[in-house]
This record gives sequence, C-alpha cells and structure tokens, in this order.
Amino acid sequence: MLRARISRRSLLSKTALASTALVAAPYVRGAHAAGSLSIGFWDHWVPGGNDASRKIVQEWGEKNKVNVSIDYITSQGQKNLLTIAAEAQAESGHDIFAFPTWMPHEHSDQLVPVDDVMADLIKANGNVNPTVEYLARADGHWIAVPASVGSQMKGPCSRIDLMKQLANIDVQEMYPAGSPPKADAWTLETMLKAAEACHKGGHPFGIGLGITADNVDTAGIIFHAFGGDLVDDKGNITVKTDGVRAAMEYYRKLTQWLPPDVPAWDDSSNNKNLISGKAALIMNPPSAWAVAKRDAPQVAEQLWTHGMPAGPKGRFGPFLPYFWGIWKFSKNVAAAKDVLRTLSQRDNVEKMVVASGGYDLPSYEKLTDFKVWAEAEPPKGTLFHYPNPYHHQIQWVSAQPAPPKVAVQIYTQAVHTKMVVRFMKGEKLEDTLAWAEGEIEGYMRT
Amino acid sequence: MADVVLQPPVTRALARVGARRRGPLRRKSIIAFLMTLPLILLIAVLVVYPALYSIHLATLNKSMKSFVGLGNFAFLFKRETFWMVVRQSCLFAITAVIFKALIGFIVAHFVHNVPGRQQRKWRGMLLVPWVIPPAMSCLAWLWLFDPSYSAFNWILAQFGIGPVPWTGDANWGRFSVILVNIWIGSPFFMIMYLAALKSVPEQLYEAAEIDGANWWQRMRYVTLPMMRNIIAITALFSLIVTFANFDIVRILTAGGPIDRTHVFATWAFWLGIQGGDIPLGASVSLFMVPILTVVAVFILRDINRRGNEA
Repeated sequence: MLRARISRRSLLSKTALASTALVAAPYVRGAHAAGSLSIGFWDHWVPGGNDASRKIVQEWGEKNKVNVSIDYITSQGQKNLLTIAAEAQAESGHDIFAFPTWMPHEHSDQLVPVDDVMADLIKANGNVNPTVEYLARADGHWIAVPASVGSQMKGPCSRIDLMKQLANIDVQEMYPAGSPPKADAWTLETMLKAAEACHKGGHPFGIGLGITADNVDTAGIIFHAFGGDLVDDKGNITVKTDGVRAAMEYYRKLTQWLPPDVPAWDDSSNNKNLISGKAALIMNPPSAWAVAKRDAPQVAEQLWTHGMPAGPKGRFGPFLPYFWGIWKFSKNVAAAKDVLRTLSQRDNVEKMVVASGGYDLPSYEKLTDFKVWAEAEPPKGTLFHYPNPYHHQIQWVSAQPAPPKVAVQIYTQAVHTKMVVRFMKGEKLEDTLAWAEGEIEGYMRT
Repeated sequence: MADVVLQPPVTRALARVGARRRGPLRRKSIIAFLMTLPLILLIAVLVVYPALYSIHLATLNKSMKSFVGLGNFAFLFKRETFWMVVRQSCLFAITAVIFKALIGFIVAHFVHNVPGRQQRKWRGMLLVPWVIPPAMSCLAWLWLFDPSYSAFNWILAQFGIGPVPWTGDANWGRFSVILVNIWIGSPFFMIMYLAALKSVPEQLYEAAEIDGANWWQRMRYVTLPMMRNIIAITALFSLIVTFANFDIVRILTAGGPIDRTHVFATWAFWLGIQGGDIPLGASVSLFMVPILTVVAVFILRDINRRGNEA
C-alpha cells in the first residue's frame, strides 16, 4: 500500500502557493454573482395576469446575475395584508412587496426611500396622479413606486341601451372612443335624474352602500365632489360642514332609486347586478365587463366604461393604486431598485397591462395610450376612456386629503357608507354627523 | 443537642421499600414527561408565545413605538362601537349556545331511540354540518342569503312573502349569523349528549319505571342528573369557541350593516389587520379573556363540587 508522506516544510510551501493562486486569480462571475432577491407580488385574479411580471423579472434576473424568487400572494381573505403585517413585525421576508393602497404609509418608516427611482421614472413616463403622490410620499420622500399591476379605476360602467332608452343619455356620444369626452353635462344631478328614470324603468343603478372597497370608493368620491371631506389635509375634522351635508342630502335622494338591499352589498354584488342584466350602471373596473364577456355576452356588448359625473367641486375618478415598496431589512436594495426601474419601463408596463386584459392602470400621465384599451371589444372602444386618456377627471381616493394614517381608518371603517346608511334608515342628519365626528376623533390617536 | 435523629429499624426498612418503589415510578414519570414534551413545546410556541406577544402588543401605541400600558383599553372603553361589539358578542354566543344545546339535546334523544343500524346512518348524516369546513358551508349560506339572489327569498316569493333582508338589516343580520352558528354547532352537542345518554345505566330507568315515574320524571330525576357534567363541559367548551368565532360573521356579513353584527374576533381583525392598528386589534381580542375566564371558573368549580359530592 502506498502512503504519501507530507513533511511540515512541503505542507507550508504548498499552502502558501495555493493561497497566492487564490488571491491572484481573476474574479469569475458566477450564475448569481449579484446576490438574490425575493419579491412578493400581488396574485392577479386575471388568468395569466402574473405571466408578464414573472417573465420580465426572470429576464432581468438572468441579465443581471441575480437569483430572483417570486411569490404571488392573493388578496383573498386579506392574505397579502396578513403577510405584510407579519413581515413588518418579524423584519424579515421579501425584499420587495406589492403594497395595497394605504399600506406604504402604514409602514413608511420601514420602507427604503425611492426618490432616485421615482425621479428617473417621472422623467421617462411623466407625472403621477395626485392620489399616487398622496399615498406614496411621506416626510418629503417617495417611499414606494406605483405599480400598474392591481391599480384600478372604479368609474361608471353603463349599459348603452338602457341609458339611452330609459334616461335619454348616449354614453358613447358622451365618451366617444378615440376622441376627447364631451361630458360637460354629465354631472351628479344628471346622474340622479338618470338613476330615477332607470329605477322607474326597472333597471336601477347598482351603487352599493356596504363596507367593502367598491362601495366606499364611490361614496368617498361623491362626498369629495361636493366638497364634503370628513377630515382636511391638516387633520382637522370637517364633518359638520355644508359640503358633507350637501353630499348626505344628495345620497338621501339617490338611495330612493337604488335597490333596497344595497347596505348589504359586497364587492361582487354590483358585478352580479350588472351581469344578470338588472343594473343600468355600476361603479367598477372592467372586471365586470370581462366576466360578462365570458358569461353573458349579450350584456357585455352593451357595456361602456367611462368617466365619473362632475360635482360642484369638480370631476373626480375613484382610483385605487397598488405600490411596490422595498423593506428596509432588504439585503439587496440596489438590485431591488433596479428591478423596479425595469418593471416601470413603458414597454414592460404595456406587457403587464395587456396580460391583465386592460384591467391594470399605470399611474403615469404618458402611459394612458396603450392599444389594449382602444382595441378592447365588444363593443369596440368600450375601455378607451378607462385610463382617463384626456385627464378629464382628477384621480382621487376616498378619504383623501385627510392625513393617510387617519384616512386609512376612515376608509377601512367605511365611515362614508355607514353615514349614508344611518341617514337612509331614518337617523337625523345631525345625529349621524355627531356619530361620524366621534368615530373620527378616535382615529386621530397616534 | 443531637443534630441527627436516629431512625428506628422498622421505619428505615419501610423507607428502603419506598425508595425501591419510587425508582421505577420516577423513571416512568420522566418517560411520560419526555413523551409529552413535544406537545408542551408545540403549545408553548403556538399558544403561549402568541398570547404573551399579543399582551405585549396591546400595551403599545398605534405606531407600536411606545409603551402605553392600559391606554388602549381606556381608549376602547370610551368608544360606543366597542360596547356595541361587547353586547353583540354576548348575544351571539349565549343565544347560539342555548339553541345548540337545546337542539343537540332533543336530536340526541331522537337518535338514541332509533334502532342500531339505522342509528349509525342518522348519526353520520347529522354530523355533516359539523364536519364540513365552516368556510365552505358559510359560502353556501352566503349564497342562500345573497342580498339580490337569495334562494330563501325566491322560495318565500312563491308564497307572496318577502324579500327578507337576511344580511342587509341589523336584526335579520344578527339572526342569520346566529342561525348559521347553530346549524354548524348543534351536531357537536348532539354527539356529546348521545354519548352521555348511552352511558346512563338502563337499570336506573327500569327502577324509575317500577316506581311509577312518568316520562318527565325520568328525564328530570334520571337523565338530567346523569348528564349534568357533560352538559356543563359542552356548554363551556362551546361558549369559548362561539365567543371567539370569526369565519361565520366574516363571510356572511363582514360585521355589517353599520357594524351591527361584529363580534370580538371580526372587529379585532378589522381594526388590527385591515385598519393597520395592531395594538388596538390585540386589545379587542384580549378583552375576551377575562369574560371567558370568569365563565370557565364558575362552570369548572360547579363540576368539581359535584365530583366531590359524588
């Protein structure tokens, strides 16, 4: 048997040689030389809606030698909110997370400022709408990047035939495909008269008054269009004002012409109401139209998505954005910022919007002209005005402009719709206002 | 003064025998402890730690940066909605438990009187509501109560009745969530009561019959006393579970309309997770603990007392 004998002298000399070789050797870039990155994206409800983002990120990872892992986390049962809360508590988890509307502010001190990323993106894609600025900036810094995936506008989706027959309103003429809106006469008063006419014609408007997002979004926007903000931008409670009273009076009249069960509606109720052929108008993103296209094509070909009616203080569209934020505990902030830049490039945004069938909305002013909205059918041009291409209405979120930490409570506690339902059930207006004031005082705690 | 007390020979001998016996006993108890250790660790990680952590959370301010002691509870006690949730939780739990116990008791008697093979079939069928995952059965109930397309309303409409706002009106909403809880929970009572009924010795009934006891007297003086402990334990267990119920209210009404069906768990989730105020949500959920502790102490004390009397 051979046995190699290694002397102390030879061991030392060989070790020294090996060490020198290792130090002097050229740096070889490995498969994942730039580290790893984990992303928690929102799980899109549109079949295939995740494909575009997955492909973009994978290509970016391969090009930049970053090992990327993606989890698609559903918002069903608030799973994404639970994950955000858990990661914030544990200070561990994904590097990037898709934050729903109010969450960036809720975790503003745990997010990496992205001023440099936003400066580049605004330069390339144009300004963002006021809602995004309101929700993604804290203490003078951008704390998140607006995501097209999941962002949506909940404006009216009307039945062309019923609105024409019962309310004498031609929604296609008001919002023609391919050209600017001619909707000066489309006001909240006009909508009230149309609601009455459609109710009498057996097709009441499907505007819910429950406690879920669709209901709250509409109510908050109508309140704002009357100047009826519950809290102003400085945090003062402004419940007992003429604007709020005017909005409540408007709703008192409107609720006469709505289905009696609207206080129990959730986010699916208005969709079902439209798709079953009952409603002449609902407030919803094009998801209802997309489902109708599959399940009730004769209804889908009569649907037209368009802008909100104007109120005394202006025309506002209920916008609900998603954001991508980077946790401060991320160990690869540079890579995270780079992938967010890539995801927000015009061609990539377009790919993701196409994958969603036009449901997703970018927040930048130059990204409202993708073909997918112009070409969507039936009927041709049904989604043309969905991204607000002529900036005909100001995108706004319910409870804005209250400081976001207070606004999130007003929004999630559905104060607007609860006020309307209380008033609708016969409570005195001043009692309802006093209740709302008391509730909001409670939200002011820090 | 003697420091050492000398033991008499008999005592020493007995001590030696005791030590010999304690040896295997001690070994057995160590083995038993080691075997239960995984469960103890599991409970420590999944129950004790979260419970302590939620107590910690409840003492923080909204931004979770400073200690506020009992400040969150003081804040809650001033809120009208909180007291409404307390009332609703009590109404929900107590009403549901009473009806579940009543229905379970009656159905258990019916099943008990069904002959052998048939009884197994009935037992299986009656357990279905309890074994279906509540989230699934609640979805079915949601469709039955749907505000616009309720199947119940369709049936009522055939008789010219309705529509009933099952989830759109405060009182109907409360009725609906309690009804579903009773539907899900009654089989548990039924099976527990059935087991208790089967353990009542037949001789007691025979003796009562010889003494001329009628149906009610047999129930009053034989069945109920023999089932008392099971009734108490089942009621306590169900009260705890019903108080902490989340899924039924969450799925059927989400606490609406205008907060009139919220219970502790749904309101805590609404405040803590959806509203981003985790300390306040934790405080609401912890408020259940003293209520349930008081109930548990009273019921368990009663059971112990009866056990000692027996």
